[in-house]
Amino acid sequence: MSNMLEVADLGHTYGDYEAIGGLTFTVRAGELVCVVGPSGCGKSTLLRTISGLITPSRGDVSLKGSHLAVVFQDYQRSLFPWLTVQGNVEFPLRSLPRAERRARAAEALEWVGLGKAAKKRPWQLSGGMQQRVAIARALAYRPALLLMDEPFASVDAQTRFELEDLLLRVRREHDTTVLVVTHDIDESVYLGDRILVLSNSPARLVADLDVPLPAERDQVTTRTDEAFVALRSKVARLLNVGKPSIDVEKWAAAERESLSETVPS
Amino acid sequence: MNKFLQRWSVFAGLIIVWQVLGVAADDPFFPPPSEIVEAAWEWWVLEPENVTEHVLPSIGRLLSGWAIASVIGIALGLLLGRSDRAMEYAGPLLVFLRSIPPPALVPVFLLLFKAGTSMQLATIVFGVIWPVLLNTVDGARSVDVTKVDTSAVFRIPRHQWVLGVVLPAASPKIFAGLRVSLSLSLVLMVISELVGTDNGIGSQLMTAQREFDYTRMWAGIVLLGVLGYGLNTALLAVERRALAWQPRSRDEQHA
Repeated sequence: MSNMLEVADLGHTYGDYEAIGGLTFTVRAGELVCVVGPSGCGKSTLLRTISGLITPSRGDVSLKGSHLAVVFQDYQRSLFPWLTVQGNVEFPLRSLPRAERRARAAEALEWVGLGKAAKKRPWQLSGGMQQRVAIARALAYRPALLLMDEPFASVDAQTRFELEDLLLRVRREHDTTVLVVTHDIDESVYLGDRILVLSNSPARLVADLDVPLPAERDQVTTRTDEAFVALRSKVARLLNVGKPSIDVEKWAAAERESLSETVPS
Repeated sequence: MNKFLQRWSVFAGLIIVWQVLGVAADDPFFPPPSEIVEAAWEWWVLEPENVTEHVLPSIGRLLSGWAIASVIGIALGLLLGRSDRAMEYAGPLLVFLRSIPPPALVPVFLLLFKAGTSMQLATIVFGVIWPVLLNTVDGARSVDVTKVDTSAVFRIPRHQWVLGVVLPAASPKIFAGLRVSLSLSLVLMVISELVGTDNGIGSQLMTAQREFDYTRMWAGIVLLGVLGYGLNTALLAVERRALAWQPRSRDEQHA
């Protein structure tokens, strides 16, 4: 399998704070990799450097293929309220001829089970459905890599399970390469083929773990599987769950500040 | 229908009070509404050339001045709103220019353009551009970070970024600015017609006053009121259509 994403010695510093301290990893084509780390550890910085929203202080990010798509946590803000659901999905496809744009958007909406909602406005849909629109938009773009930033953190537990299964189905059917950034250990084990565990800031790679679970997963049986439970505890131990860190808060504040200053394209 | 009557009852009541007081006072300076309506009828309905010579040109200047100011204001506002550096440099200048009362520039524009339409347009444009410009700047700045990021990630072309993201995101604020400047246009249209011209509603007001024809003067004032009301209503209708995408009420919006 070829590498879709290669990250080499990636580091980023905001002023005095080192957010990421030299990360090296690869994502192979068709793989779903979860990046998990304590909150405020530099996960969003990692995502922003990979997606090209900020230029890293050092290191390289190389993507096979020209474009990637991002599904953000905040679907309400990432969708455009003045466009219909269809319009939102077509949004990144404006360079294509109209008919093709239409067809691709309709197709992607079918994939996420929203074929009937095309004419609605995003704000007329429930939160879970809005996030599905965002996923359809990303898929319609046919990205070399689909980046997801805490994609299911803003929906209720029930919807979260639905969306996790939707993601697994869609990426299997369409052979999409996915990198999910999350702070949820269970989610990372349930979704991932591989898990990258990050340390507290500055983020360093603590472990690169294969998930020894079958490709077909089920919310009830998989989560009680021995391999699932074992891996989940292993990740939790690696993340030092339960041991507080003083730096985290300070650092998270600095990151928030610098993110709000970013200049648009 | 009931609601309509209710809403207009205060207005109608005041007209009746004015009528009663006007008749009782019998003062040539304050004619009762019935006489004003009569004068208006004679002036604009029985002599339609007054409409084509004075009313229509006035409305034309008002609307073109407002349109020019809107186009410049929106374009400049989008530019300044999305560039912190441009705003840093232009900010003090804008605040300074905005503080100049536009009527004070009438003499300057008279020198520059001579009396006539260009001077009047200049007065209107200079006076009404600020609400549009500053509201657009404000609206363009407020595009939220996630939408900025989303647009950047999908590498949309520049024109789509400006017209497809910044403009619609700023449009509620822009419309607020457009409404303020539309009513200001009416004010400045009248002011610009008070000097150096014998055509337009403003100049007719002056003529009527000079000729002691107070009912006609009042008829002109009422016409301006009706005009302002009509223009605002029309713009509100356009706004409601253009901003129909906005989530209407809280219960319709699932969180």
